[in-house]
Amino acid sequence: MPSSQDNGVLVDVRDLRVARGGRPIFDGVDIQIRRGEVTAVMGPSGTGKTTLLRLIGGQLKPDSGQVVVEGQSVPALSRSRLFRLRRRMGMLFQSGALFTDLTCFENVAFPLREHSGLPERLIRHLVRLKLEAVGLRGAAGLYPAELSGGMARRVALARAIAMDPKLMFYDEPFSGQDPISMGTLVQLIRQLNDALGLTSVVVSHDVKEVATIADRIYMLADGRVVESGTPAELQRSQSAWVRQFMDALPDGPVPFHYPAVSLADDLLGEDSA
Amino acid sequence: MLARIQDLGAATLTAIGRIGRSSLFLGRLLAGLPLLVKRPGLVIQQLYVIGVLSLVIISVSGVFVGMVLALQGYYTLVDFGAEQSVGTLVALSLTRELGPVVTALLFGGRAGSALTAEIGLMKATDQLSSMEMMAVDPERRVVAPRLLAGFIAMPLLAAIFILLGVGGGYVVATSMLGIDGGAYWSQMQANVSFSDDIANGVIKSLTFGFVATWIAVFEGYDCKPTSEGVSRATTRTVVHTSLAVLGLDFLLTALMFD
Repeated sequence: MPSSQDNGVLVDVRDLRVARGGRPIFDGVDIQIRRGEVTAVMGPSGTGKTTLLRLIGGQLKPDSGQVVVEGQSVPALSRSRLFRLRRRMGMLFQSGALFTDLTCFENVAFPLREHSGLPERLIRHLVRLKLEAVGLRGAAGLYPAELSGGMARRVALARAIAMDPKLMFYDEPFSGQDPISMGTLVQLIRQLNDALGLTSVVVSHDVKEVATIADRIYMLADGRVVESGTPAELQRSQSAWVRQFMDALPDGPVPFHYPAVSLADDLLGEDSA
Repeated sequence: MLARIQDLGAATLTAIGRIGRSSLFLGRLLAGLPLLVKRPGLVIQQLYVIGVLSLVIISVSGVFVGMVLALQGYYTLVDFGAEQSVGTLVALSLTRELGPVVTALLFGGRAGSALTAEIGLMKATDQLSSMEMMAVDPERRVVAPRLLAGFIAMPLLAAIFILLGVGGGYVVATSMLGIDGGAYWSQMQANVSFSDDIANGVIKSLTFGFVATWIAVFEGYDCKPTSEGVSRATTRTVVHTSLAVLGLDFLLTALMFD
């Protein structure tokens, strides 16, 4: 086994480079995700946070650099090995991505029926336990369209943990949630991580919520990791990126204006045209 | 001028790219079909959605096409005193041409567009992506059963269309046109050959079913994951299916009935 297993690193991303349509999204990113921790990846919108999760999950391939999960290089895995690795991963999509023509119960039962080969009676018990863990056992018979946004995300969470993954990804779990369901999700992510012995990666831009549950934060900007450390260390950081992001300043390294020619040129150019 | 040539080149490249992608896609699906033996339930469910739910439009169209054929055929044949052959005319038109072609066109509009929209929406709402992250291959779990169900359903629907068309023709011929029922059937029996007419009609309906379902699932799977993307893909399914069916029909007719 490679040495990355020994120092407790479950996911090792090194010198990751990805470009889309000629624009670099990642330009040499290094991220180490340690076993048992909640690691947050933060950064302004459009910095490729979701892309990072898709790279670790093997849905995208990097242009260069390595993505190693449990000692296996993800981009190099064959389709069947990749699928075997994914059985130990769970992902909560931003949209929830529940199957709209199945009830909550059947949504959570889906991965179990596909993979476990367990008898139906046992699956029914397991699904109830998973739904109970997110507090929605009572909603088992409802269809996704009948759920509120927060409930849908919790059902999706129950489905993501159905196969008892080792590694959980959360893609913007707090966006668009009311304060109550936001608080519920924050608590759930931490509790599930500790109770089930998971390793969690939370991709988010909700500074306050993430700071309360993350063990370690990576801040992405401009295709690189501009700062990393515990929430307390980030609060003390003097980096201009971090300060703008943590203090929600409108202008800074992330400019208020989208790049353009100067306003004067723009207006005058129109007149002469 | 240069821009026009450039556009033409770009469109050609896009088209070639699509042909390539859809062929690879079909190859992967066909390779995954044997796995469905273990999950017959998935195919049966899709047979219901694609086949059984299309029955009403196929049946009604079949009856009316048969009735119209009998009427039109009679008015032409009666000039030559050959009106007793109306049964042959109805049966041959349906088995050779109208059965497979009209069924395939209706199938593309009814079942094909629904397949594209369903798969496209699943893609647009991340359902396919989430399936992948659950280590379930959406091509095998979602697309392959639909493809197989389409292959099976389309020839059966064509057979039902032809059967009901012949029945509709019989009703019109005997009740409105005064043709003897016995002549209707015996003329048909004497002049419709199984190996030529019926077998060739079956080959056509198998081919059309294959192409129509392939286009439908590919357009859904390949669409842009937005509402506009899904709507465009659905339109493309209907247009491409119709063109492919009509083009292939000419080709197959030229090859088979020389």
